[in-house]
Amino acid sequence: MAKNGTARDDRRPVGDLRTVRGKSDGSAAAARADALDRLIHERLRLGIVSALAVNDALSFSDLKKLMKTTDGNLSVHARKLEEAEYITCTKSFEGRMPKTEYRLTAVGRRALERYLDHMEALIRATRER
Amino acid sequence: MASVTPLHRAPAPEPPALHARAMDNLRFIRDTMEAAGAFTAVSGWGMVAVGIIAAIAATVASAQDTVLRSIYVWMVAAILAPCVSLWAIVRKARRAHVPLLSGPGRKFILSFSPPMLVGALLTVVLYRAGVVEAIPGMWLLLYGTAVVAGGAFSVRIVPVMGICFMLAGTLALFTPASWNDWIMAAAFGGLHVAFGIPIAWRHGG
Repeated sequence: MAKNGTARDDRRPVGDLRTVRGKSDGSAAAARADALDRLIHERLRLGIVSALAVNDALSFSDLKKLMKTTDGNLSVHARKLEEAEYITCTKSFEGRMPKTEYRLTAVGRRALERYLDHMEALIRATRER
Repeated sequence: MASVTPLHRAPAPEPPALHARAMDNLRFIRDTMEAAGAFTAVSGWGMVAVGIIAAIAATVASAQDTVLRSIYVWMVAAILAPCVSLWAIVRKARRAHVPLLSGPGRKFILSFSPPMLVGALLTVVLYRAGVVEAIPGMWLLLYGTAVVAGGAFSVRIVPVMGICFMLAGTLALFTPASWNDWIMAAAFGGLHVAFGIPIAWRHGG
C-alpha cells in the first residue's frame, strides 16, 4: 500500500499479484488479478468491509476488537475506505461518551462482491487448468 | 591475507500461487464474517417463502371440516417448507462463499435439530393418543425452541423470532382448537415474513 497515497490511488491494480503474470497460473488468471481493487485487497481494509457486510453497523471499538489492531491503524484504514465511499462514518454521543459508527455503503458492498468474484475466478481458473 | 568468503544472497522464495492467495483471502473473509458474528446462515428470503407456504396452508386448512384434516394439510406444508428453506440456506451460503457446515452454521444445525426431532416424535405420540388439538401448539412451541436454541449462535433477530413462536405456541395451547389455524397462519405465515424481510435486508439475503 502506498503510505501517502489517497484512497483513489489505491484502486490501482495490485502490484504483488501482477508480478506473477506469465507464471504457472497463466495470463488469464493474471489478467483477472490485474483487475483487483487494491483498496479492498489490503488485509485490514478487507476485514473492515467483510465485518460490515454482515452487520448493519459496527462501532469503532467493535471493529478494533474484531481486527485486533490499534486506534491509529484502524482510523487510517477506515478513513481510506470512507474517502472511497465504501463505508460511512457517523459520530454521535451516547450519554457523554462519543461514539463512532461505521456502515457499509452500496458501493462498498459491490466492491466486496466484485472482489469475491475475482477470488473465485482465480481458484476456478487454476482448477480448470 | 585472509581469504574472502563471498556473500551469497539467499534465493528469493517462490511467490505463493495465485489460487493459494485467493483461497487464503476467501478464508480470511469467512473467518472475519464468522468472528463478526452477524452472518446468519438463516435465509431471510427462504423464511419469506416459508411464510407464503404457511399462508396458503392456513387458507386450505381452515376450509377443512375436521381438526385432523387441517393437521394433514399442515403436515404437507411441514414437509414442503423445510425443503424450500434448506434450498434457500444453501443458496445463501454459496453466494456468500461461506461453507454451510462450518462455524456458526454447524452450531445452528446442531442446536436447531433436537427440538425439531422431538416435535416429529411428539406428533406421532399425540396423534396416536387422539390429542390432535394439541399438535399445532406443540409444533409452534418446539419450533420456537429450536429457533431460540439455534439463534443463540446467530444474529439477535433470530432468537427474538423464536420467542415470538413460543408465545404463539403457548397461545395455541390455551385457546380453543378452532383458533389453531389462525394462530398457525399468524405465526408460521406472518412471523416468517415479518422477520424474514429484515434478515434478508440486513444479514446477507
